[in-house]
Amino acid sequence: MNNGLVDKPFYIIQYPLIVIHFLTCTGMIIYGVAILAFCYVTGQLIGELLGRLIGVDANVGGVGFAMLLLILLNDWFAKKGYTNKLTDNGIQFWSQMYIPIVVAMSAIQNVKVAVSSGVIALAAGIVPVLLCLAMIPLLAKLTKAKPVDEHGHYHPVS
Amino acid sequence: MSMDIITRFLEKNGLIFAFLMVGVIMYSSTVISNRLTNKKIPASAIAIISGLVLAYIGGVYSGGEKGIADLKIFSGFGLMGGSMFRDFAIVSTGMGASFLVMRQTGWVGALSLFLGIVLSFLGGVAVALLWGYTDAISLTTIGAGACTYIVGPVTGAAIGASSDVIALSIAAGVVKAVFVTIGTPFVARYIGLNNPHTAMIYGGLMGTTSGVSAGLAATDPKLVPYGALTATFYTGLGCLACPSVLYLLMRLVTN
Repeated sequence: MNNGLVDKPFYIIQYPLIVIHFLTCTGMIIYGVAILAFCYVTGQLIGELLGRLIGVDANVGGVGFAMLLLILLNDWFAKKGYTNKLTDNGIQFWSQMYIPIVVAMSAIQNVKVAVSSGVIALAAGIVPVLLCLAMIPLLAKLTKAKPVDEHGHYHPVS
Repeated sequence: MSMDIITRFLEKNGLIFAFLMVGVIMYSSTVISNRLTNKKIPASAIAIISGLVLAYIGGVYSGGEKGIADLKIFSGFGLMGGSMFRDFAIVSTGMGASFLVMRQTGWVGALSLFLGIVLSFLGGVAVALLWGYTDAISLTTIGAGACTYIVGPVTGAAIGASSDVIALSIAAGVVKAVFVTIGTPFVARYIGLNNPHTAMIYGGLMGTTSGVSAGLAATDPKLVPYGALTATFYTGLGCLACPSVLYLLMRLVTN
């Protein structure tokens, strides 16, 4: 008979618990996809605005901003304990799709032009790459924050 | 008649058909990698190179600019491999990246971006000089094309280059993207490209987002977010530097 009166305070106490429960347990793949989409849209918009701001007709670092936002959000969720396997799967799915998407991307490049445009285009495309490749070990050595010896010499297993 | 029905059906369901085709390419590449090369050449590298071969065939067959996507039944490749899906997938790889590493090596990324744009530009200019170009506008446009295939035409249009020079700059940029894609997994061990620190330098120096993302994917997918993070700033900064500072420099030098 008194069920209604007894239950009410119980629900009021339980309400915040239900919210936390919702965030931690009832994950959905679409939540992950939506979080990823939120980061993408926000980051790309910042990139577009930054491009406009410095007067360039291109997106400046949109993907980079989006990625940083995702990393920060992911960090924040992990600290608060709001991690959920299903939600994570919504993001993991796309990072697993990355290589297939890159394969599709390489299939729509204008390879014919690259191959048939003569020696000067080949040289102008390849020479800078070789120049930059040669710089990589040098830059890596110069900018290495920690001396290698700190953890002993590193020998890859394979 | 029945051929026509199939063509129209596949065109209408382009994206899904592209999923199927890419799945088949990935599977056959894995088989080839395991059986024929004993896993020496990574499956993803084989898959990406087959993609480039398909793009060449598509280009020759249709005479268009978008590789295999110019054939109607493969038009779904255009959406699946377009910049929207590509960037969305690149962002998602950030999940596995360490913010700490990025913060520690962030300044290295900025340095390599600066060096990458200047070095690529000068390399392109040197090649153009060798082939007999002497005017500042053509030199700058070809140098910009050596950055990426977007920086080239943007710069050329801004400083008033002729259309054949702009076409040449685009071709140089595409060659760069293809060369980086194919070359990266093969040179990776010689340049120490096996850690996030070097991957960030690599992304900044190479800059071509499609080349860097495909090259790193074929080398080690774990490195993709680090390379992509710096490469994503390259085209924008290139579009900023080439028609302004670097063009002025070229004008000073040629006068």
